[in-house]
Amino acid sequence: MKLLIALVATIALNCLPVWAAVAEPQPEACDVPASMLESEIDLGRATNELKDKHRLDISVLGSGSSSLPGPDGAHFAYPARLEEALKQQLPGNEIKVTAHVLPKQTTANMLGTLDKILADDHPSLVIWQAGTADAINAVETEDFRASLEEGVEKIQGAGADVILVNMQYSPRTAAMLDVSAYADVMRHVAQQRNALLFDRLAIMQYWNDIGTFDLYAATKKYDMARRVHECIGRALASQIINAAHLDAVRMQTTR
Amino acid sequence: MKHLVLPRLPLTSATAAASPLPPGGRDLRLDLFRGVALWLIFLDHIPQNVVNWFTIRNYGFSDATEIFIFISGYTAAFVYGRAMRERGIIVASARILRRAWQIYVAHIFLFTIFMAEIAYVAATFENPLYAEEMNILDFLKQPDVTIFQALILKFKPVNMDVLPLYIMLLLFFPPMLWLLIQQPALALAGSALVYVLAWNLDWNLPAYPNGAWFFNPFAWQLLFVFGAWCALGGAQRLSAALRSRVVLAIAIAYLVFAFAVTLTWYVEPLRRFVPIWLSDWMYPIDKTNLDVLRFAHFLALAAVTVHFVPRDWPWLKSPYLQPAILCGQHSLEIFCLGVFLAFAGQFIISEWSGGPLVQTFISLVGILIMVATANLISWYKQIEGRSPTGRTKSPDADLAGGEA
Repeated sequence: MKLLIALVATIALNCLPVWAAVAEPQPEACDVPASMLESEIDLGRATNELKDKHRLDISVLGSGSSSLPGPDGAHFAYPARLEEALKQQLPGNEIKVTAHVLPKQTTANMLGTLDKILADDHPSLVIWQAGTADAINAVETEDFRASLEEGVEKIQGAGADVILVNMQYSPRTAAMLDVSAYADVMRHVAQQRNALLFDRLAIMQYWNDIGTFDLYAATKKYDMARRVHECIGRALASQIINAAHLDAVRMQTTR
Repeated sequence: MKHLVLPRLPLTSATAAASPLPPGGRDLRLDLFRGVALWLIFLDHIPQNVVNWFTIRNYGFSDATEIFIFISGYTAAFVYGRAMRERGIIVASARILRRAWQIYVAHIFLFTIFMAEIAYVAATFENPLYAEEMNILDFLKQPDVTIFQALILKFKPVNMDVLPLYIMLLLFFPPMLWLLIQQPALALAGSALVYVLAWNLDWNLPAYPNGAWFFNPFAWQLLFVFGAWCALGGAQRLSAALRSRVVLAIAIAYLVFAFAVTLTWYVEPLRRFVPIWLSDWMYPIDKTNLDVLRFAHFLALAAVTVHFVPRDWPWLKSPYLQPAILCGQHSLEIFCLGVFLAFAGQFIISEWSGGPLVQTFISLVGILIMVATANLISWYKQIEGRSPTGRTKSPDADLAGGEA
């Protein structure tokens, strides 16, 4: 429900040219309203790494919905798609996206692996997809919040920016799996801790509502899932470029 | 609703003086607002529904659950308080426990329907995009454990948390009602103490597979007991305060504040206007433990409502409000029906990818079915009450115009 209001609000805001100007051109049919990707939070560390060293190291931390099953799933899942999109949009820079994705990981599980990942990858940006496994295991929302806050602090303490990625919009399982309380926690933690939120829930619902994807559809095939991940990867790339003010960097390198 | 009028039974003057009952039998405002709360709970339980844009949870901190629990406490005290005074603690307690049993049976019935729906989805839905989300169906792999945990109220599917809360509240109600009649102030203070202790000592009941009850009974009992306290004379004690313009002004100011804060949840650019110290202090607004902000929001809402909707409000007799009043008078049946209709509505929307038009249609049809059923139940009660076999019913919870 909140999403719907957010949707109406974002559409309304889109009519304002100021916001519309932030829009990043997106390929074909999976555009996302600019206001869903814009934020007042800067990815300062990512900007610096790109400007100073012409490279960007990103670690993705996530559970099942950051991967795809099937042959070559990792290649089609959004972390790899994000790397591809950033490489295209930031030519001349070394872009490295390392995915640490394991199925069924709760946020507390992922928190346990965080130190090693930060030490191994030295990322300037960590994308943390969380919440789904917590909702499935009915982790108490306050415990979820505590793990998330501790993790965000740890990442920021290690000198990296944070993007939190919330749950997928999954209408067919909504009757059994209510993720809204966890989504609220993530939005709030992002707001409190100066992290960026990639609102996957709202974006996928938007795609479903305007008919970009039929997320109710039952299928055994991989093609729709792959297209969704492609679009998520691209939307994430747009959000990073906006929040790290990389339009300038891009112009420098292409000049 | 002639048959709903309470037989006026003589009260001994001593007890009547100790805890005066509200004059003039049942307060139709309770039925009206409980009926409306039941509709709102139904709408809120269909997650993809444009119509739940309009429900009160989007405009403030509290939602229909607070209204439902408060009024349930109020009517429970009204109905069983009378029984306790007239027929003694044993009879009243027995009737309260029978009520808890009825609610338990209703809950298990709903659980069965839920399981059927889940089993259907598990058998028919597949999409590699949602491999992770489908893990929620793992519990179907061990039905023995799941069903047992449901029977002991530890496993509660989405949106099936209210009835178990209600059952717990009723199980502990007999001694609380006794205390409320003897020492109302002490009872209310005790309830507040349990609420405070629950917050400080993290009291809650365990849930399956993890965590605790979504509606913490140790916290939510405060609202139920407060409702009961109001029914047993507390409302009169508060009436001077409720008439005061200062209280009204504070209540309205708080409602406006809550509305403004709620707006920032949905409109990202407004969020910068909430200062950090305020959001640090305010969030999280905890539904599980009935956050003080929610409780205060309900009180403000109630104060404003009582001010503008007097007991003899002419609209209460208007035919336009009868559907809601009737639903409120048969709250258990209509609540259960609402949960079922929400399942069914959600199912239809999922199966046929229903757009906003379908969602609105389903919402309206759902409410119409609730109203029609409430009418049918009234009719049954009427024919049974006039049954020629001479089995006259005692003036109980049913005849009091709905259940406690």
